[in-house]
Amino acid sequence: MKKLRGNPVISSLLMVSPLATVLLIFLVLPIALIVIVSFWRATEFSIIPAFEFDNYAFLFGSPVTYTVFFNTFKYALITWACTLVIGFTVAYYLAFHIRTLTWQIALFLLCTIPFWTSNIIRMISWIPFLGRNGIANSTLKSWGVIDEPIEWLLFSDFAVILAFVHLYTLFMVVPIFNTMMRIDKSLIEAARDAGANGAQILWNVIIPLTKPGIMIGTIFVVTLVMGDFITVRFMSGSQSANVGRLISNDIALLQYPSASATAIVLLLTVLITIAILLRFVDIRKEL
Amino acid sequence: MSNQDLELVSVTKRYGATVAVDAINYCFKSDSYTCLLGPSGCGKSSTLRMIAGHESVSDGSIVLDGRDVSHLPPAQRGTAMMFQNYALFPHLSVLDNVAFSLKMKGVDTAKRHAEAREMLELVDLTDLAARLPDQLSGGQQQRVALARALITRPQVLLLDEPLSALDPFLRIRMRGELRKLQKELGISFIHVTHGQDEALALADDIIVMNNAVIEQAGPARDVFNAPQTQFVAQFMGGHNVVALPDGHFAIRTDAVSISAPTDGAVEGNVTAIEYQGTHVSLSAMITGDQEILALIPDSTFFANPHTPGDRIGLHWDSKDQHKLTA
Repeated sequence: MKKLRGNPVISSLLMVSPLATVLLIFLVLPIALIVIVSFWRATEFSIIPAFEFDNYAFLFGSPVTYTVFFNTFKYALITWACTLVIGFTVAYYLAFHIRTLTWQIALFLLCTIPFWTSNIIRMISWIPFLGRNGIANSTLKSWGVIDEPIEWLLFSDFAVILAFVHLYTLFMVVPIFNTMMRIDKSLIEAARDAGANGAQILWNVIIPLTKPGIMIGTIFVVTLVMGDFITVRFMSGSQSANVGRLISNDIALLQYPSASATAIVLLLTVLITIAILLRFVDIRKEL
Repeated sequence: MSNQDLELVSVTKRYGATVAVDAINYCFKSDSYTCLLGPSGCGKSSTLRMIAGHESVSDGSIVLDGRDVSHLPPAQRGTAMMFQNYALFPHLSVLDNVAFSLKMKGVDTAKRHAEAREMLELVDLTDLAARLPDQLSGGQQQRVALARALITRPQVLLLDEPLSALDPFLRIRMRGELRKLQKELGISFIHVTHGQDEALALADDIIVMNNAVIEQAGPARDVFNAPQTQFVAQFMGGHNVVALPDGHFAIRTDAVSISAPTDGAVEGNVTAIEYQGTHVSLSAMITGDQEILALIPDSTFFANPHTPGDRIGLHWDSKDQHKLTA
């Protein structure tokens, strides 16, 4: 035993083994399983282990797939743009306009309060607000802004994106705020000393230095939105679909091989998207 | 008084109830190297930052070149500041760091790069123009910061503890370069430091600050040679502060000589002897439990050496005895 411990190779292997085991069981194994199942054959009433590309052929042959993937990207892109603008503004305000650390922390915690309830509850709470006879419509009507209730407030792409932005803006705020707090305040002074005005400081100093934070936030938001299915289902009233819903429908119909194939394609799409994003910004400094 | 002078007119800085700078008046000579010297928290940095425009003036005014600049933004004052940790933009190359203020003015790329190259030549960094600040040594970073400040063609360059981040060897070399640069450019440098040796080595004029006020200001030699207050004498070092019947006096340690007990002005017991190479530092206790330090050339000392416990006489010329007002 003593000899075993003395061996540097074995002791380092022992040290990595707990994490490696966890990753193996909870990450590698399930993915491997999905990959295997995605090649199986399925009929209406049975699933047969096999190795064939029928599921993929069907997936890539169906026009629905392309619409759904397009929808997924559309949600991701619009949500990303909205969360970026809101998240950056909030983080900027917290980091550069709030002067004392106590207030910064207090206001930051305030931002996290919505996270004390579950995603689904926060999502559903929009329904009475946005509905045909909901608070939004009746208020607008009482102000005389509209005569007829606005139909597209709920069960529409608008509602889906609104819910996404509501759910995921904090994932943008946190990394951007974190990066901004690390910016040396004397850099701002140096920029002002060189004659930069507020907008120039923002564009030439703060945004370039915040890029890693923006990128981490972007990865959070994009992966969360691309993998979501419940928000799309609730907020679109089952009228829109993204890839997540495609998979969940397949699962509901017990079409596991087809669901697996879709999941693998989605996984690869997300990985490629992140790989492209990482080419633009080096986030290693932040980690 | 020429128009180019920078003048502080009862400049005051208050943070809530605390007064950081208390109504100081001073007129900086043009084309001179001035050091603001004092212990930390004495208000020297606040003064510099008020001149730069990074701190608002609570009261009083700052006049540069005949204009009251107290409420102008930093870039419109004709000053440029070099920050303590240099504050180089980490995402920009050396060249772009230097060209930053020109970019802010909207100068086109080719022109601002040409001008930045000229500045880099001045500080001898042409070869490193494409590097990022992280890839430079401390001394090189400092020279980039200098070039970046000088490209705005300031009338006054403000330096906030510029040498404190460097190692001692580099510090001595860089202070030589700073001094040379000031002479070459013919503009005023105002340099904040807490090191008296740095101030003496660099400055034409020294302003010693303590507790938010100027204790003494004047040519470096006068400030060192003839301190007016006990604080200045102790802070500048090299002085004995002695309480004599008609008040407190400062006497330079190298102006004190020793003799036989009965021949001196005062008698004392040797308490410690320290060999310092060119000099020997001898401490003696005189009446009234006052310690006096005498710096004696080593040849003189070893011609007639003493050991702790010896009774000796100490004396000095009356012209070396400076009366302290406080």
